[in-house]
Amino acid sequence: MLNIKCPYCGDRAQKEFAYGGDGTVKRPELNKEVSNKEWDDFVYMRKSLRGKHIELWHHISGCRQWFRAQRDTATHEIFKTAKISEEI
Amino acid sequence: MSQEFRLNNEGLINRKKEIIFSFNGKKYTGYEGDTLASALLANGVHLVSRSFKYHRPRGFFGAGVDEPNAKLQVTMNGYSEPNVNATEIELVKGLSANSQNCWPSVNFDVGAINNFLNRFFPAGFYYKTFMWPKSFWYKIYEPFIRKAAGLGVASVEKDNERYEHKYEYCDLLVAGSGPAGLSSAFAAAKNGAKVILAEDKPRFGGTLLTDDVTIDNLSGKDWADKIISELKEMPNVVVKNRSQVFGYYDHNMTVMFERIGDHLEQKSKFTPRQRLWYIRAKEVLLSTGSIERPIVFGNNDTPGIFLSAAAKEYIKVYGVLVGKKPVIFTNNDSAYETALEFKKNGINPIVLDTREEQNSQLVQDVKNQNITIKFSHAIIVANGYKKVNSVLVGKLNKNKTDYEKTEIIECDCVCVSGFWTPTVHLASQSGNKLSYNDKIDAFVPDKSKQSEKSIGAANGTFTLKETIENGFKIGSEASSRITKKNNPITIPKSNELNHNPHDKFWCSPLPKGKNYKRFVDFQNDVAVSDIEIALKEGYRSIEHVKRYTTLGMATDQGRTSNLNGLQLVANIEKKIVPQVGHTTFRPPFTPITIGAIVGREIGKEFMPTRKTPMHDWHEKNNAVFVDAGAWKRPRYYKQGNETLSEASRREAKNVRDYVGICDVTTLGKIDIKGPDAAELLNRVYTNAWLKLPVGKARYGVMLREDGIVMDDGTTTRISENHFHMTTTTLQAANVLSHLEYYLQVVWPELNVNVLSTTEQWAGLSLAGPKSRDVLAKLFPNLNVSNEALPFMGYVEGSLFGVEARIFRISFSGELAFEINVKSDHGIFMWEKTMEIGKEFNIQPYGTEALSTLRIEMGHVAGPELDGRTIPYDLSLEGLISNNKDFIGKRSLGREAFKSDSRQKIVGLIPVDKKSSIPEGSHLVENKDAKLPNPKIGYVSSSCWSVENNNPFSLGILKNGKNMIGKKLFALSPLKNTVIEVEVISSHYVDHEGKRVRS
Repeated sequence: MLNIKCPYCGDRAQKEFAYGGDGTVKRPELNKEVSNKEWDDFVYMRKSLRGKHIELWHHISGCRQWFRAQRDTATHEIFKTAKISEEI
Repeated sequence: MSQEFRLNNEGLINRKKEIIFSFNGKKYTGYEGDTLASALLANGVHLVSRSFKYHRPRGFFGAGVDEPNAKLQVTMNGYSEPNVNATEIELVKGLSANSQNCWPSVNFDVGAINNFLNRFFPAGFYYKTFMWPKSFWYKIYEPFIRKAAGLGVASVEKDNERYEHKYEYCDLLVAGSGPAGLSSAFAAAKNGAKVILAEDKPRFGGTLLTDDVTIDNLSGKDWADKIISELKEMPNVVVKNRSQVFGYYDHNMTVMFERIGDHLEQKSKFTPRQRLWYIRAKEVLLSTGSIERPIVFGNNDTPGIFLSAAAKEYIKVYGVLVGKKPVIFTNNDSAYETALEFKKNGINPIVLDTREEQNSQLVQDVKNQNITIKFSHAIIVANGYKKVNSVLVGKLNKNKTDYEKTEIIECDCVCVSGFWTPTVHLASQSGNKLSYNDKIDAFVPDKSKQSEKSIGAANGTFTLKETIENGFKIGSEASSRITKKNNPITIPKSNELNHNPHDKFWCSPLPKGKNYKRFVDFQNDVAVSDIEIALKEGYRSIEHVKRYTTLGMATDQGRTSNLNGLQLVANIEKKIVPQVGHTTFRPPFTPITIGAIVGREIGKEFMPTRKTPMHDWHEKNNAVFVDAGAWKRPRYYKQGNETLSEASRREAKNVRDYVGICDVTTLGKIDIKGPDAAELLNRVYTNAWLKLPVGKARYGVMLREDGIVMDDGTTTRISENHFHMTTTTLQAANVLSHLEYYLQVVWPELNVNVLSTTEQWAGLSLAGPKSRDVLAKLFPNLNVSNEALPFMGYVEGSLFGVEARIFRISFSGELAFEINVKSDHGIFMWEKTMEIGKEFNIQPYGTEALSTLRIEMGHVAGPELDGRTIPYDLSLEGLISNNKDFIGKRSLGREAFKSDSRQKIVGLIPVDKKSSIPEGSHLVENKDAKLPNPKIGYVSSSCWSVENNNPFSLGILKNGKNMIGKKLFALSPLKNTVIEVEVISSHYVDHEGKRVRS
């Protein structure tokens, strides 16, 4: 079980969190024309990286805030967590 | 039988307290403080089990977790447990144990025929034999293997014991209370660190209990006692015996298994049997010690053959002699300590040492005691079937490949030592890449991946002086990094005898023409010849050799066999051990009970139960409940001998004819507030929300970004910037997370707050032609006419002094209202409504009737919103706004979603108007088509239409819009039914929607 530092609450056990997937995906703006490819990339295409991965987590059994974490997918090392409004 | 192998002046057992126990039906006596193994050995019992494959007689070999043979079926408190390690379980009154894997008895075991047929059972026997013919596998081979596999018998009784879980955080976890653990824990505690010291055994001290050493002029044991009692006094220290750290997981999470109840004669009702500790430590110190490894020789599995340190532990801790005529067989100095312990108790051992003449302090001591030592000697084979009675001994030639001369030495036990293997399991589990230490012929921890450090014997440090020095140093450093304190420490002076280096000799060669079985892995019956065969057949990777031969795969995880196995593979392959590598160490270090893993989460504690405020009323009124997520919902209210379908038809009919009341508290409710609340809804739902007037509700559908329907529900504008959203019961949590995601991650500029209020409001639905009459009487001061409170209207009122929210919304398709009050008043609201509704023939209805009502109306619910349907499929395309963007809209433009022959919801009735159509049935055009019969749709929901008095179903059908009037077949291979059905509109009742607006 990982130990995840919620940027709002501090160190908590993994079971308090829900994983939210790739944290670098950017939703196309509303009402903007987007190509099929652009849209498919946003909805479906995800990299399965080995190594540093920026991802979203949701402190679902805590403060209910979404935040980003930089984690190594091979070793589970978490280098950094940051609020959505902060740079990671 | 008296305890004829019990010593009078040795051991740490409590002689004042005798304990009577039974083994294989016979009564024996032991003492408090014994293990089952030591008590049996005190009574001269050696033969305890039969081996796994060949059913060879087996006796005790170790004295703790190293034991490969003595796995017994143990019964305590009426509960029977298989594979209990007799060397670990403490003796307690009433304990009864039986041998496993033998029939009819351990003394006479029919399965032992396998031993005499052993040339037919080589490595890979099962793989080779049970391959052909293929058809034999299912009926003959598998049942046979299943019967032969396994050792003990799992109980089928309910386990009434109590098990607990505990979560703990600390600065330092120290695993193992030998000299390394004690000194590091002590140094760390002095620096103010929060320390947990865990000891697997009942007694603290590890090897200090058995080694003839002094620390600070105290005996090892006295020093251990002193340190432990000081640690126990310190508020920042938790000291736990009978507690094994068995697993090392990510981010320094370790799990410890504490045995609390098994050794107690009487325990209170609330004393758990075992407790699992999840410990997150900033730093873990692994002082797990080492395990002696055997030397391999002919028939080395005969009862009466022990590890030499085990024999010493039986004397020192339990006051038990494993024999009175011992032969000690060693390649190193440590077995000489065992020789001295025998001698102290008046027993004369013979020492066989594979090395040439030695003169270390320890060997000199033994020589001074006039103990016979034969250097350059090895045991070739042990004689005796159920108990060793002599050994054939050979003088080794110079290369140690053959014998110069041989002799027979009579004995009643053999104590063997092939040097020491550090217990690196936890270090390896933590991700530490082990490296091979040539000096000790074993793997030791190398580079840490997590915050852990091995100390003492676990790290390959085998002298007490160095162990204590390292312990104090590392304990002090690790703790001061955390506490920033640096208490000066004086490292105590220790005294021990020097050892000479060990000999790399690990396996006695076979004399020419002899074919003795030489076992590497006792528990899985893997002999030298098995590994040789595996390699001959081409297996090279150690992981493959392991799986093919089952070497090291037993419950003891190869604790005594691992390195000898690697050594053997290396020798055959002409490699060195580090080139062969080692197999993976996995948790748990020793078997733990399923009960401990499960903890308290059993029965009704398996998951939380959510009850509505009206739950007790439902219970009192014969509700039969159904699980909806964690919620309990009334499925129907049983009257007399009614069946489910009778009751649900009655309840649904009553709604259609008069008025029904349904508990809808479980629907998800989300409070949405803020200046951008309407904008959020406009982006989340497919239809338009900006212009919804205050005091109005609207039905909405939300999609995922891939265009699939996620959920539906009504949302009401309570005031300009305040909305009340409802979701389906099961999606409530997902919808909240979904909203939070968009608000926090995607559109943080929106000024909106969302909050789950599901449990703050109790809700009831009042449905049926008489519902307005009931409502009017519930709220006499409120105008509830169709004009004042039209369909999709919302008002607030006072229900006999209780604030209430009234929504005119309908799931049943009837004229209906939903009333919400604060949860505390839920039961008041319910009872009042029942009381007032009496004159209008009100009846409660459950989820089954609710389903009937919505299916008849063609309203979609969970079975249709199954994560595969888009709005068009559910005939909800009218709710898609063309004038705005929303979540998932872009995906609706995908080609397949626009296809003209796209699936669509339809109604289905059986042509015979009688046969109910099972949900999940496949819709096909030709019932007799060749399999696989092309499926063009499926039945999602079924009911008995109370309006038309015949079965009715909803289905999702390919090209559904053009299929109305067609006849198809609904096949259910599960229920074995074939029903001819007619495709009709999904709106079976009141398709113009007049009733809800009446």
